[in-house]
Amino acid sequence: MGTSSSTGVVTSPVAVAAFRAPGLVALSLAGLVALVAAPFLLYPIFVMKVLCFALFACAFNLLIGFGGLLSFGHAAFFGGAAYITAHAVKVWGLPTEVGILLGTAGSAALGLVFGALAIRRQGIYFAMITLALAQMVYFTALQLPFTHGEDGIQAVPRGTLFGVIDLNDPLAMYYTVLAVCLAGCVIIWRAVHSPFGQVLKAIRENEQRAVSLGYRTDRYKLVAFVLSAALAGLAGGTKAIVFQLASLTDVQWQMSGEVVLMTLLGGMGTLFGPVVGAALVVTLESYLAATNLPVPVVIGGCFVVCVLLFRKGIVGELSARLRITPRPPV
Amino acid sequence: MGIVFGIPSQALFGQLLLGLINGSFYALLSLGLAVIFGMLNVINMAHGALYMLGAFVAWLLLSVCGVGYGWALLLAPLVVGGIGLVLERTMLRRLYRLDHLYGLLLTFGLALMLEGAFRHQYGVSGQPYPIPDLLKGGQNLGFMFLPNYRGWVIAASLVVCFGTWFAIERTRLGAYLRAATENPVLVQAFGINVPVMVSLTYAFGVALAGFAGVLAAPIYQVSPLMGSNLIIIVFAVVVIGGMGSILGAILTGLGLGLLEGLTKVVYPEASNIVVFVIMAVVLLVKPAGLFGREK
Repeated sequence: MGTSSSTGVVTSPVAVAAFRAPGLVALSLAGLVALVAAPFLLYPIFVMKVLCFALFACAFNLLIGFGGLLSFGHAAFFGGAAYITAHAVKVWGLPTEVGILLGTAGSAALGLVFGALAIRRQGIYFAMITLALAQMVYFTALQLPFTHGEDGIQAVPRGTLFGVIDLNDPLAMYYTVLAVCLAGCVIIWRAVHSPFGQVLKAIRENEQRAVSLGYRTDRYKLVAFVLSAALAGLAGGTKAIVFQLASLTDVQWQMSGEVVLMTLLGGMGTLFGPVVGAALVVTLESYLAATNLPVPVVIGGCFVVCVLLFRKGIVGELSARLRITPRPPV
Repeated sequence: MGIVFGIPSQALFGQLLLGLINGSFYALLSLGLAVIFGMLNVINMAHGALYMLGAFVAWLLLSVCGVGYGWALLLAPLVVGGIGLVLERTMLRRLYRLDHLYGLLLTFGLALMLEGAFRHQYGVSGQPYPIPDLLKGGQNLGFMFLPNYRGWVIAASLVVCFGTWFAIERTRLGAYLRAATENPVLVQAFGINVPVMVSLTYAFGVALAGFAGVLAAPIYQVSPLMGSNLIIIVFAVVVIGGMGSILGAILTGLGLGLLEGLTKVVYPEASNIVVFVIMAVVLLVKPAGLFGREK
């Protein structure tokens, strides 16, 4: 097996320079304003779906983009948390925020187990192990009684947030989701720009060298994996509340593939890439649902085109063209 | 009927036979994956879809052209191998210098496209494929009843698996292949056309998947989903066995199939996940896999 270090999946640390460039600060502010205004212009449920998937993709990107670890089993954390949250809120009657936190904690615990197993191998083996472990979660979800098999957990009550805010109001629900997703993104942004994030990038570029510098790389990879799983769980739990549904779709391997595509399309290792990718994929899917075109064929085609033509993703290519960051060596 | 381990022997041997058949498919598919990975450093996510394609080619040959099982056994692998050749030449070839993960992502996209297209065309329900007349009926072995076709599947896959092992480990062409796996530049300097060898290796690996698809057609129904259900288990098999050895891939595949069959008798609820549990245990005990080498 060759080493993956020299060619690295990811190209440029856009982030540091990005936030120093005044143009991008303006761009982020504009994006924030657009997000606040969005429910008045677009169908709120649609924007909430985009936001949940954006957080999911950002969580996934933390692993692949900054740690160089390709997980093909993130659906387990997304869908697993959706089941836990839905069950906690509907059957146990817990408050919404506690339900979401339980889902997040459940995914973190699952991430700890899966991560500990998967980081024992590198590269494509890592991808295959995460895929297989996630399939185990899928089969378990198919058989356990509390998930209700093919039906899923339906009619999950949205409840009230902190006992005050009624989430059945679409606007209240929207701003709650926005707050959750922004909080998740801030956590990722902080993690990436902390010393921890720097060590993670060092491991991505050259693991042997990081080891020889005295870093216990396994621990860093495991922490990154758990953090990524927990945030994917946060996204999944929130999605269960928004759609009042937790189903097998969320734990299937196709979902793991979808989040890979979102991140790849937007740009692996860029901060905004996954958000752009999630918005594009969700829009594309809701558009295709109205046509006769088979969705998987189009999604698969996007994969092929991305891998062959623009591996840096949309945001990655744009920032390279606009020279926001120095062009990375190819 | 006798009792073995407190289980009626008829049920036990029946499930073990099913397990052995599943194991034959695991072996054929993981062998193809191992051969491709050895040469191309690509994990072929499209393997399951190409297995499905093999079964569909056989079904289409029969239902559209009236071409029977025997010819399908020859033609379907050729068609699948030919498609593999085109995919390698036009797409995979561009990715060899990049991170291996891009090969995985590309083949994943191809798998989605293939499966999606067949699903769109034929729906999710399976199409029946009749057992060829020659292989109908069965043998009474005394302790169990062995349907002829199932016996044929096990025999055919064993012959193909060990034939592949022999070709790679014991012939001159296999020696070139192994040398090119170790050091392609040096082998090319000796005047061997390595790029053609790479293309043919990929074509051969996916042709094995197509062959497995034809074998599977009369047992499982021909459905667009048959590949993706199987391939994730095969990935677990590959992790358990390690991709270092051809013989290891074959033995792991057969062994895990048997174990899965045994689980179906003893504790049926766990039969879907037993392979994944074994994968987790192997990762804890011997991360490189049972037959793998730690690098």
